[in-house]
Amino acid sequence: MRRLSRVLRWLVYAGAALTAAVLLAITGFVLINGIPHLTPSLFEWTYTSDNVSLMPALVGTLLMAALALLMAVPVGVGAAIYLVEYAPRGSRFVRAVRMTSETLQGIPSIIYGLFGMLLFVTALGWGLSLLAGACTLAVMVLPVVVRTTEEALMAVPDGYREGGFALGAGRLRVVARCALPSAAPGILGGVVLALGRCVGEVAALLFTAGTVAQVPDLLGAGPAGLFDSCRTLAVHLYVLASEGLHIDEAYATAVVLLAVVMVLNGVAALATRMMEVRDRG
Amino acid sequence: MAEMASVAERVTEEGKAPAMAASTVDLAPAKMAVAHLGLRYGDFSALRDVNLVFPERQVTALIGPSGCGKSTLLRCLNRMNDLVAGCRVTGSVLLDGQDAYRFVDVNDLRRRVGMVFQQPNPFPMSIYDNVAFGPRTHGVKRRADLDEIVERSLRDAAIWDELKDRLRKNALGLSGGQQQRLCIARALAVRPEVLLMDESTSALDPISTAKIEELVRQLRERYTVVMVTHNMLQALRVSDRTAFFLMGEVVEAGPTDDVFTHPRDGRTADYVAGRFG
Repeated sequence: MRRLSRVLRWLVYAGAALTAAVLLAITGFVLINGIPHLTPSLFEWTYTSDNVSLMPALVGTLLMAALALLMAVPVGVGAAIYLVEYAPRGSRFVRAVRMTSETLQGIPSIIYGLFGMLLFVTALGWGLSLLAGACTLAVMVLPVVVRTTEEALMAVPDGYREGGFALGAGRLRVVARCALPSAAPGILGGVVLALGRCVGEVAALLFTAGTVAQVPDLLGAGPAGLFDSCRTLAVHLYVLASEGLHIDEAYATAVVLLAVVMVLNGVAALATRMMEVRDRG
Repeated sequence: MAEMASVAERVTEEGKAPAMAASTVDLAPAKMAVAHLGLRYGDFSALRDVNLVFPERQVTALIGPSGCGKSTLLRCLNRMNDLVAGCRVTGSVLLDGQDAYRFVDVNDLRRRVGMVFQQPNPFPMSIYDNVAFGPRTHGVKRRADLDEIVERSLRDAAIWDELKDRLRKNALGLSGGQQQRLCIARALAVRPEVLLMDESTSALDPISTAKIEELVRQLRERYTVVMVTHNMLQALRVSDRTAFFLMGEVVEAGPTDDVFTHPRDGRTADYVAGRFG
């Protein structure tokens, strides 16, 4: 028995070490290959075939993610609030929605891409565009937002809700003042997860946002700029790598992508900590 | 008033000893009463034909073994059971002779019938905001008014001196006993007429328990209190009247001294003597 437990312990250690090693290897590999090629010219506003600037893709990433979350977060959080706070607990409808959103989370993103292409690009006639891409991403991350928000709300002690109701507060006030504030860090975690999937997505965007390396002309053309095709950093990386002509720049793009993800996660972690400090006082 | 009288008649059946129950009912007008109250969760019958009066400015203790329905009854008085799916109530609950289950606005009922729970459940916000939550819910906005309500409520809950310098601190940083007294203050802030206490000291240490018992003795000068307790000595110490529950029915109810010293029912005698429960 004792020997078995020792073997198991080493297996667990080995698993942990392997995980850390893989993570370090990937990051190290990308950094070593990418950092030397991070030149100022890669950050020029316009992309040319001579200078494959990643700036349009960087701006495209931020726009795409912001737009997608702007659509998915209010809808997803609202849906989760309904499911947890309003719908009768354990009702068949709630279970059906929960199962559906769990299933949707497991669908390969290429399917979402196909769906987005058929609906937004073709049927609605938006063409390959920022808007079509963002809508597709919104549909894709919606189940993530719904499920994480649900979990966060279900983790709020019922005592908070009962305390609110017992003081004569209506359901809206109980949800807004007693349940949501405690769930906020968890909901934010779900938003970060969704953000990560938006930033990292390629397959769904190839079919819906296209690969044109330009900054969408939102400043010049206004809302019409939403219908410009654009690419995100992940798509940019994919295109450069698959063309095979700019492998060095592809590595540099990967470094920037890593940095973007880390900065966004850092901001979210900071926000979460501030909320927790506020809650503990 | 006619309705009131009929309830008074019905509740003289309380504990199946008309004479004794009637005498106490006459002494103090009933603030709340339940008549022929039944409650089912699906197929399970949690309360059967419960008749009780809760006289104004008296402390009524509900005692009995776990699962006997005493907490369920308490939660009928402010309709917290409405929140439980599959729960059906029959009979009537009266507040000042008005049927609580026909109140137009259940939130108004809950404002008038406040509740303190078994586990202290302050909201994760400042002490001040906890107490101000109820008044704000019911439309008090002016800062000066809120300040006054918060101070009055904390004083009434005998915790003002301990907390007055840290009103902006988060309530979750308080000890369990302080949290519970804060919850009492929070309940008092909406000026309720009745205060329900659901085993409100069972999660607390003996010193905190003693403080809350002392507080309840003070509160009865202005409020009608109904408390569920597992602790028979507590019922004996703080209550004016006691109702003993067994398996969803009231076995015996009356003045606390009578129930404890001259129980009319053998099961009550066994329970208060500690022979089961």
